Amino acid sequence: MKLSGGDLLMRALKDEGVKFIFGYPGGAALHIYDSIFKQNACEHILVRHEQGATHAADGYSRATGKPGVALVTSGPGATNAITGLATAYMDSIPLVVISGQVQSHLIGTDSFQETDMIGISRPIVKHSFIVQNTQDIPRIIQEAFHIATTGRPGPVVIDIPKDKTDPSKLYEYKRAKEVSLRSYQPRVLPHPGQIKKASKKILSAERPVIYAGGGVILGNAHKELISLNKLLKAPVTNTLMGLGAYPAKDKYFMGMLGMHGTYQANMAMHNADVIIAIGARFDDRITNTPSMFAPNAKIVHIDVDPASISKIINADIPIVGQVKESLLALIKEIKRSKIKIDSEALDNWNIQISKWRAQHGLNHDLYLSKIKSSMIAPQVVVQELYHATQGNAFVTSDVGQHQMFVAQYYHFNKPRRWINSGGLGTMGFGLPAAMGVKLAFPKQEVVCVTGEGSIQMCIQELSTCLQYNLPIKIININNEALGMVRQWQDMNYGGRHSASTYADSLPDFVKLAQSYGHVGMKVTKQSQLKKTLDKAFAMKDRLVFIDVYVDPNEHVYPMLVAPNGSMKDMWIKKNTKA
Amino acid sequence: MKRIISILIENKPGALARVVGLFHQRGYNIETLNVGPVFDGSYSRMTVTTRGSENDVEQITKQINKIIDVIKVSDLTEGDHHEYEFIMIKFKQSEKIKKILKSLNGKIHEKDKDAMVMSAWGPSSDIEVAIRDIGKANLLEIARSGSIGLHEGEKVLKI
Ligand SMILES: Cc1ncc(C[n+]2csc(CCOP(=O)(O)OP(=O)(O)O)c2C)c(N)n1
Ligand SMILES: [Mg+2]
Repeated sequence: MKLSGGDLLMRALKDEGVKFIFGYPGGAALHIYDSIFKQNACEHILVRHEQGATHAADGYSRATGKPGVALVTSGPGATNAITGLATAYMDSIPLVVISGQVQSHLIGTDSFQETDMIGISRPIVKHSFIVQNTQDIPRIIQEAFHIATTGRPGPVVIDIPKDKTDPSKLYEYKRAKEVSLRSYQPRVLPHPGQIKKASKKILSAERPVIYAGGGVILGNAHKELISLNKLLKAPVTNTLMGLGAYPAKDKYFMGMLGMHGTYQANMAMHNADVIIAIGARFDDRITNTPSMFAPNAKIVHIDVDPASISKIINADIPIVGQVKESLLALIKEIKRSKIKIDSEALDNWNIQISKWRAQHGLNHDLYLSKIKSSMIAPQVVVQELYHATQGNAFVTSDVGQHQMFVAQYYHFNKPRRWINSGGLGTMGFGLPAAMGVKLAFPKQEVVCVTGEGSIQMCIQELSTCLQYNLPIKIININNEALGMVRQWQDMNYGGRHSASTYADSLPDFVKLAQSYGHVGMKVTKQSQLKKTLDKAFAMKDRLVFIDVYVDPNEHVYPMLVAPNGSMKDMWIKKNTKA
Repeated sequence: MKRIISILIENKPGALARVVGLFHQRGYNIETLNVGPVFDGSYSRMTVTTRGSENDVEQITKQINKIIDVIKVSDLTEGDHHEYEFIMIKFKQSEKIKKILKSLNGKIHEKDKDAMVMSAWGPSSDIEVAIRDIGKANLLEIARSGSIGLHEGEKVLKI
């Protein structure tokens, strides 16, 4: 049977196993929308803004490990998708974003709703395609999914001029058995010589640290990471993107590292003699001043992307390979090796880390404090949330202080449970991302922890949640300010709060939630907090928006001292450096 | 230090822009750029010259390699290589310019009483010197091909 371009597209998406398309229609995409109407393999989720479509597809992907799919129209539809593409690109999330384009003969004429989507998105996609022949659509879809999901994953854009989906032009559907591109060989296995060297270096370490990032989660290698450390018994830290890659409850886990990492994790990194970096990229939020980074450490760096190795910090033993295969090879080599790790040195090292933890570690029992302050501490909100959900929820977040408090205080024991925009730091990500997660896991608790600033960036998606019945729980940590901005202004700009407050003009979030057909609750006292959370989570089939007023003066600590600081230089509370 | 990077890239829409864009995104400059289809025409060979440290060039080549349409990348400057550049110059009759170009395999393409068109080629370092020596006087127009080059000896860059 011959199919139109739109039908070819839908057939190809079905064959890729796509369940959901997050999208928003418009002129250039209307042929495609008609093809969507005629099929039922993929459910289309109508968002309220194209940014929401890309974030929802992104959240879906982060939670499931499968690629997310979004569909937008040309011009403003395409440009609205840009923030979501950049967000996915920075965190290496596999997305396929399909944009309608004006008809081929109009391209380049400044025609109605024409933008050069390929040009605009070029620096923030892994790859992009423009459809020139309708019959290529199935091949392009196959290649797009292949590219998005293999190697270091990332978003792929497919721009389809309207005439290529003309319903009157029909073509044969052909699907190749497998995709092979002569210019793209993503599968890389670790070099055995490098594995040997790494094993030797690691086993002769006295103060090793495992520094594991989002690559462990993307590469589905958390089990291998745990196995590796069953052998090594080394202290482990996860990046913001890596939380959940190593179980937070494990005794060797030190918490997150970096800008707002724990004291013990940052101190361990600074004082390490061997750092085993796995699927992490030495981001500037981690290293602080690169020339002052971990002065005595030899670096073993495992990454699937050779360009991430020795980009910021020189790797002494680079291992280019899939994380999973590399860890398996390393485990095998360590088991086989005659060198035995110096367990006495390692014990001393782990004791040292316990000391650091006791000195300036996070207090995870703030919520138990008998002295009830008049204002709720934002950290307590996260701790109560953790207990209310038994640590089992999928938690999405936005960007700011609330995001860091979740990273610090919600203990993630499994991968793909913590869903946040780490690399780009996109406010507005949390709610639409939670929609994608909830669609993928309708029976699981999905919580969006947000701030009153961030939530207003994609608040319109509350309407989508009503349409598709997505009973997410939204915890709005309301400090009546762009808290993280204000923190910086407190610390670096003499407390001049330039354009970071708006207490008198905030909406009534309870009424706002209600006007979208959801439940709204407001909490202003700590005594109400636990009860309200329990009540909200008992409402299984309703979206509940919980507006929690917190102490607006709270800062996130620890915080690395910058500029010209190393990882050991931290503010541990207001006006106090460690 | 000056680097000559050779790139084999699929002859697909937008492929060239991806390479050029990458230099800008990553904060590197392109000094010269040459591109043209080779072999069956399904792919092109690009030659880019840039300046940077060993580390810079390692980063550039790794990043270029990540571009999906890029088939192969090689830093010619890493080993022995042949490198040449071709230029064309239009100038007001000048014995000085003529002489400089003659010393660089110069060839006259057009000559009338006022102006003259000549071409020349040679190692780009010689071309640079020639351009400096020619100066501004009498010079009307100049076009450069940018460096192109090949590895010396057995080593070949092809698919
Ligand atoms: C789209 C976008 N714009 C601006 C910023 C810069 N920024 C980072 S955190 C922040 C404040 C966020 O405020 P809120 O959501 O209320 O969170 P809080 O820090 O108060 O917890 C801002 C403006 C950003 N990350 N994203
Ligand atoms: Mg706020």
